[in-house]
Formats: sequence, structure tokens, C-alpha cells
Amino acid sequence: MTARRLPSGGRIDRGRTVTVSFDGRTFPAHPGDTLASALLAGGQQIFARSFKYHRPRGLMAAGVEEPNALVHLRDGARHEPNAQATMVEVFDGLVATSQNAWPSLQFDIGSVNGALSRFFGAGFYYKTFIGPFRGTGFWMACEKIIRNAAGMGRATTLDDPDHYEKINAFCDVLIVGAGPAGISAALAAGRKGENVILVEQDHELGGSLLGEATGGASDAWLGEALAELRDLPSVRVLSRTTAFGAYDSEVFGLVERFQDHLLVPEAGKPRQRYWLVRTGRAILATGAIERPLVFAGNDVPGVMLASAARAYLNRHAVLAGERVVVATNNDSAYTAAVDLAKAGAKVTLCDLRPYIPGDLSLRALGAGIDLRLGHSVLKAEGGKQVRGARVAAVDANGRVSGTASVVACDLIVTSGGWAPALHLWSQRFGKPRYDAELDAFLPPVEKGVFTCVGSLVGARSATEALDQGHAAGGGAGTRGNLRDHGDFWGRGLMPTTVITNANGSTPGKAFVDFQHDVKLADIDQAHLEGYVSVEHLKRYTTSGMAADQGKTSNLNALARMAALRGMEIPQIGTTTFRPPYTPVAIGAIVAHDHGLHFRPTRLSTIHDWHVENGAQTIEAGAWLRPWYYPSRGESLRDAYIREAAHVREHAGIVDVSTLGKIAVQGPDAAEFLNRIYANGFKTLAVGRLRYGVMLREDGFVLDDGATARLGENDYFMSTTTANAAKVLAQAEFLLQTAWRDLKVHVTTVTDQWAAVAIAGPKSRTVLVELTGADLGKEALPNNHLTYVAIAGVPCRLHRMSYSGELAYEIYIPAKSGRKVWEALVEAGKPHDLKPYGTEAMGTLRIEKGHVAGAEIEGRTTMKDLGLEGLASAKKPFIGSVLRRRELLDDPKRPSLIGLEIVGDAGAKAGSLLFARDVPARGHGEGWVSSTTYSPALKKNIALALLSRGPERIGETIQVVDFVGGQTLQAKVVSHHFFDPEGHRQNG
Amino acid sequence: MLRIHCPVCGPRDETEFTYGSDATIRRPEMAENDPKAWLDYVFMRDNPRGPHREYWHHVTGCRQWLVVERDTLTHEMSGTYLAREVVA
Repeated sequence: MTARRLPSGGRIDRGRTVTVSFDGRTFPAHPGDTLASALLAGGQQIFARSFKYHRPRGLMAAGVEEPNALVHLRDGARHEPNAQATMVEVFDGLVATSQNAWPSLQFDIGSVNGALSRFFGAGFYYKTFIGPFRGTGFWMACEKIIRNAAGMGRATTLDDPDHYEKINAFCDVLIVGAGPAGISAALAAGRKGENVILVEQDHELGGSLLGEATGGASDAWLGEALAELRDLPSVRVLSRTTAFGAYDSEVFGLVERFQDHLLVPEAGKPRQRYWLVRTGRAILATGAIERPLVFAGNDVPGVMLASAARAYLNRHAVLAGERVVVATNNDSAYTAAVDLAKAGAKVTLCDLRPYIPGDLSLRALGAGIDLRLGHSVLKAEGGKQVRGARVAAVDANGRVSGTASVVACDLIVTSGGWAPALHLWSQRFGKPRYDAELDAFLPPVEKGVFTCVGSLVGARSATEALDQGHAAGGGAGTRGNLRDHGDFWGRGLMPTTVITNANGSTPGKAFVDFQHDVKLADIDQAHLEGYVSVEHLKRYTTSGMAADQGKTSNLNALARMAALRGMEIPQIGTTTFRPPYTPVAIGAIVAHDHGLHFRPTRLSTIHDWHVENGAQTIEAGAWLRPWYYPSRGESLRDAYIREAAHVREHAGIVDVSTLGKIAVQGPDAAEFLNRIYANGFKTLAVGRLRYGVMLREDGFVLDDGATARLGENDYFMSTTTANAAKVLAQAEFLLQTAWRDLKVHVTTVTDQWAAVAIAGPKSRTVLVELTGADLGKEALPNNHLTYVAIAGVPCRLHRMSYSGELAYEIYIPAKSGRKVWEALVEAGKPHDLKPYGTEAMGTLRIEKGHVAGAEIEGRTTMKDLGLEGLASAKKPFIGSVLRRRELLDDPKRPSLIGLEIVGDAGAKAGSLLFARDVPARGHGEGWVSSTTYSPALKKNIALALLSRGPERIGETIQVVDFVGGQTLQAKVVSHHFFDPEGHRQNG
Repeated sequence: MLRIHCPVCGPRDETEFTYGSDATIRRPEMAENDPKAWLDYVFMRDNPRGPHREYWHHVTGCRQWLVVERDTLTHEMSGTYLAREVVA
């Protein structure tokens, strides 16, 4: 191929020149060029090595369907693999390199795979699983080598320095594709004031019109249309944007390559945008993709689609070859042939059809084209570039029927008809209809709120496409006129795309799927091995499974399969299209939702104080909570031990704002609570609190927490931090469905209240001094509440204990949380009040034997957790029947006990439990759920669930951590390690 | 993505909702003592192909539970109602 830039023409800005580089060689380019056109103009023939066989590959297409020319783009952190050279706009400083080739594109050692191709055929990968070497070291080594050799680009491991944006949008009409049909639709809808989004994947609008010679009638129409479009206030045009997915309820995913055409995004601008568009209706004007012909050597650099050669010529002013052989089975390639001839190429046109309409032959002959009817190309001669075309007379089945002769050439362009780009339609609606006359799958013009227009539904001319778009858009205004070439591909198309010897073989490798290196012979082999379903064929041969999803290969693979089985294409069927239409960067989908911003972080209103006072924080569900407050470089372990011991000796203060808080109000509130808690709530008096346990419908424990009765019909429920949302949703569900008769309202008030717990023997003194209230044992016994003012803020004071110490919870209007916390800390100074975090809180509750999330983990019953005594026998409650299932009553079920670990090392949560004298194998008799060092007991302790646990108090067992390889001995004890009688909390 | 027509909030993205359960199943009365009735309620479900009724919770919207009539094959939704207004 001896491509060259023509001295005039094209849609490029010759006034400006930028420099791009490929594999270290620099090429001049003009704005308007793609990387592909710039390299082609500079004589580059090989763009990549193929996936499996490392065959040299050049450009096959000029657009989004390009299967071969995948390159590495940019260096460093912005490096990106598998960029299609045909879709990359040039910019100054663009650096691209080849991928899948070593040491170079010209001399690639991997091409030895080509010689071994009989081992890499259809189903190669599956067969390695059943061959004699399966599972052997040899196989493993081979697999590694093959995986390295086969493949595409290499991704960077550096962090992406750019940012991406998500946009939610709504419109009346979404129009995909800004060719003549799409633009015409946008004009018609926009003139009526409809809210229109027009999407075009190219950086320029015009679609097929961009392949026309510049300065013609189509440019005049396009110029006027685009000027009007720009002035229509309700039309939004998104270029460089691909509609990649059509989803239920008329939702579309778009990706806008907003700054990809620049070396570095402009300051403050996102590199790409991910659009989620909800539209009232959709007009698809996505055009059609030309089908290649299948013949030996059809992948040699210099074999190109006819539409591509024409696009390079007319759009980029690059003549891709001087001596051109055109092979076609339809009319459309004639326009390309004529344009190439007019540009100075010597053109031989082989048409598979023995007869063509007179106007067509006149056009060809008038342009000085050597026209050969009933002929086609049997083989492209040449290795790294086309040197000739072996041309022969062929029959209707594409089999050679005469002697072949070689026509010397440097470019072969082919057209095997066109495949409408119905991907979006099919993603949404499934199987399209096969049209035998057009030899193509077509969507219906109307379905639901979708309208398909233009080449997508086989429009016969640009004028017909304009008409269709105009009507679909609502018909406002005039549609204008375009000149028609009279080259509709569907007129008298001969549905033959495979050219073979008389015996059906090809004289060399003939490719169906270029990107995945699937040969015609692979389809034949799959057929021989009995594959009859297209879905199986696809997976077995991997045809259509590359990044291009078979844009140029699906129909040819289906056609071959149909021919082999002696069936029609509709009987064979087609595979299902799925999003995305073209690859989408993960970064665009993720946008800002990564790292800390993966989801919103919830913070207590006191959070800043914790951070200012040196707290280390930890994630607790969506919350960030103070974990521990290290003093002078203290470790976590030293800090939590100190904090927990301090609470038991003096007093501690902890932020418990994250607890779920639900206001339960209404005349039937008591009945409601009685149903959702396993223990009774009807007798709870105003001003009192009660600990409660909730079950799921299946009888397992869901959550626990305290509920306070604030007034006659007014209750305040607290849940664990983790289960707040679940408990509320369940309450709402029951009240809105089965329990509609209950007059109860539930409202989350988690964010309305900050909450602080003060625990320890000195806690009462601190609060009495600060509030002046009588908080004596008689005035405010455990599980009672009262109201106090702290720092002028009215607060509710609950006397209740999680730590086992004398303790209070203070509920504060959220906005005053920090103010009250600071007042408490200040008032506590004379009494040595210190803050503590969640780790020490955990230690204190383990010492007391209180269950938490590690024990209430969805598989445990009240009985398992030693809470059976709480369950009411007098009333039905959620789960009350199913919790009594026979197997849940089995005494062998692991039940809650305490463990005192022998020795200095603590147990690991998740360790398995075994009797002392049995080998530690299998799942054991239970597991460790929570573990800590207990400063109160001065030993390592743990909560665990052990089969027949309560009967085994006093037994010594093994605690085995298979992951860490540690075995400990432990004594089984009651889980109420510390102050089992509760003297401290009730004092 | 589905767009669900909330009777309170209008058409909203599926991501604002959570699926709840099969709305053709009725919860036994509180006083029901037969474990079979509860086992059926909690565990036994049909998997219909075609029109179906489901509970969805507008969890980041109005927090109402809805009964959504959805075709499990096509995802077409023929109606949405407030659960509290549907005759169970």
C-alpha cells in the first residue's frame, strides 16, 4: 500500500500541523485527522499484531468498527490500552505505541503462533482442559506463555490523574446518530420546542455525509442544518459521545469523551462524562456498518472496507492506494471505486454478480474502471502488505469457476453488503428480523417509543433517510434535499460473502473475526464438531467476543454456519447484543464514587471534637466513629486497655450518636412494640426504659436495643448502628401491609439526636454537679429516664448501662451535640472523666457478656444467645412460631459461652473450637465471635458459640485459628465475666 | 434500569427503591399458631414468568411501600399502588 496525502480536499485544517508519534516515529497531522488517517498518510501499513497469531494487521475501517488498529495511547498514568486508531483525534504531542508485538511490529516473534495455528483453532482453550496435559506443570507453564502471547493492550497500574463526571439528564427525545436521518429528526423535533438530546460518537456531525467529497451539495445542506440546530434552544448536541447502552424504561447510558482529544484535560474539566439519560422517546439513527468479504489473506495490511477507503479519501484527503482492486457483491462500492479512480487510482472492480444494472456499469466504465462481473478476489497476495489480488470468476456460492489470475495492486477494498447498527435496539428488545433481500438483520421502524430511521432500517437513499428522520422528529419545517448516488446496497445485492476454491477451501487463512483471530476454518471445525446453536458457536470459536463484539464479523460467521448446515439465516438466528456498544472506561462509570467517596460518610455532630482531640477513627457501617484516643503514640491495644480500665475505675464518655433512633408514636404504639419485640412491652410505664430483642420472621435474632416510653403514646426506640435501616424498613412494611389496622407512625430520628454515654463509678457525680438534678438511686433507678439541661440545652437523660458500670445516656438535639459534649468533658475534669472509643466499648461489653453484631449475625436464635428467658410466652410476636422449629431447639446447637484463654496470646475472632483431646479437623464444635484482653480480669477472654456450651462450663477446649496457624487452650466459663449480679450498674 | 412510578413522587429511578418481597403472599394473622402457615409465608415462593406483583420500598424517597405490577419477562410495569391502599 502506497498511501499518500492529496494536495487538496478533505475535512482537515491544513493551516495547522500537529505532530503525532507511533512507535517512536513522528508523523505530521492536521486537525481533523484521526491517528489512523495521519499514520496512513505517512505510509504506516502495520498498526498492530493480531490477537492469537500475531499476524501483521493494517486498517480495515475508518470508524468505530475497526477491529485491527488497536494501540497503546499516551504514556505514564494516562496510558490507555486498546485505543482504536480510527477513533483517536490527533493532538499535538500524541504518543502511541503498538501492542501485542515483540520486539517490534515489523518483526514479531509471536508470529510463530501462525505456524502452529492448527493447535490454536476453535475451542483451543476448552480442549486444554481435557487434554493429556491437563493440570500438569507443563500445562500450567504453557497456559502462562499462551496467555502472555495472546492478548491485547497492557493497562497501567498507576492511579488515573484525571477525574470523571456523572450527569443525570432528562429529555423528550433522545436521538442517537447525527447523520442525515438523525440531524433531520433533531431539526424537526427541535423546531417544535421539544427537549432534544442528539448524540454523535464522532467529533464531527454528519455521519455518512462526512465521507462525501468536500464542497458538494451535501456540505451545503449540512452547513445549514447544523447552523439551525445550534440556534434551536431546546436541542442539546453531544458530540464525541457514544450511546452505549439502552436499558429498561427508556434509560440510556452515554459516555462523552469530553477532553480525550487533548493531551491533558483543561484545568478543572473532567476527562469523560457518564450520562444517564431518561427520555420520553428515542430515535435511533445509528446507521450501518459495512461487511467485509471473506477470502484468503483478507487480513493482510492493504485490505480495507470500501467505505473506509472512501472516508480516508474524502474526509482526510488520503489516497490509500494507487492500484486498487475492488471486490463487492452490491452497488455501494461503486461510489468508492469511482471516487478512488477520480483521485488518480487505477481501479479494477470485481463484482460477484454476473449482471448489474446499466447505470452502474456506465458509471464504472465512465470513470475508467476495469470492470469484471462475476468475478471476485480469491486471495490477497502479500505478507506485510498487499502486492496483488488473485482474481477469478466465481459462481453464486462464491466458488471459483474459472482460472485465477493475479492483478498487481497495493490496495484491495471490499464490500459484502451492510449490517445495520441495531445494537441499541437489540439490547432493549432482543431479536431483530432478518431481511433476505438486504441480507441483514433489521429492527422494525416502530416499537414502543423507539423509532428507527435511516440506514438502520435500510433507507435506500440519503433523501429517504432525511424523510424518515423528519417524520420521526415530528415533521415540523422542511426537510431539505440531498443528492443521491443511486448506489443503494440493497438493490440486487448478491448475498455471498465467502470466496473459496471450487472445493470450498481457501488458499490460505481467511478471517471472519479479525480482532479475535477467528478463521473461516474455525467455523467449519466447530460445525464438524457438532455445534449447531449460534450461542455455542460464538463461545466455542470466540467469534464476536472481542472488544468490538463482532461488529464486522457476526453476519459472516452466521452466514457460514447457515451455509454449512444448509439452512437459511433466520433459522440459525443471531446472538444477543448487550451493552456496551463500544468499550467504556471504568473510570467514567465510577466517576467520583471511589475511595472515601464510594458512598457518603456519616459523621456525628461531635466528630470534629474527636478528630481535634487525637481520636483514631474507624468505619462502622456508613459512619466514621472514634476508635480510640491514643496518648503519646500509644498502640491500639495499649489505648483500649487503658480506656476500658479507666471507665471501671473513674468515668468515661463515649459518642453513641450512631445508634439507630426511631420515634414510635400513636395509640397502638404499645401493641406494635409488643409484636415486634420478643419480650413484653405493654407494661412499660412512662419514664421507663426496657431492653428488647427483635426476631426476624424466620425466628432468628434480628437486633436488640432499648426502648423508652416518653409519653402515653410516644416511644423512643434505639437500634444498633448496623441494623437501624433494616428495622425501620421492616416496621414500615408491616404497618403499611399486614398491620394497617394499627394506629402507629414510625419516623427515623437518628439524625435529630446526638447521643453520649457516660459510664463509670464517678459518672453520677459529674452529672449531678453539672445539672443540679437529683440523680440518686431512688430518684433515678436503672432503666429510668429524666430531663435535664446541660449548658442551657434541654436534654433527655436515660439511666442505662452497656458497660456494666453505673451509666447514663444523654440524648441531645443534634445541633447542640458538641456543645453539650464539651460541657460534660469540662465538668468531668475534676473527676478524671476521659473519652473512650469503640474498641474500649467493645471490651466493656464483652466483659459483661452483652451480645453485639458478632453474635447477632443472622444464624443465632434467642436460645443460642442465652436470651431465652426474655421471650414472652404470653403473646405472639414476629418469629414466635418459627423460632420453635425442632432443629432450632437442638441442644447440640452452638450456644453462647465465655472463654478464658490460657497463656498470654489472645484468641482470634473466627477461630474454631474443638474438644481438648480430639484432632482439630473439620468445622469443629463452635467458633469464637468476639475477643479482647480484659483489664478487669487481667486475662484474654472471648465470647464464643459452642455446641452444648452452657453444659460445658469448666471444660478446657482447643481454640484453633487455621488461618493464622495458632492453637490455644481455653477454659469454658459463663459469658457474664464481670459483675454477673449487676451490682455496679444498679448501684 | 427500571423507572418505577411512585404514586406519591412520580416516576423515579429504580436505584431509589429496594425490592421487598412477593406481594401475592399474605402474612398470616398474628394469632396463627400453625408452623406450616408461617413456613409457607416465609419460604415458599412461585417464580412466575409474566405478570407478577411485588412489594417495592421507596426507601430514599417517600418511604412508602408499593405494590408494583411487573412483567418478569419484559419488565413492563402495568401499575403501581400504595401498599396501604391495596386490598390484601
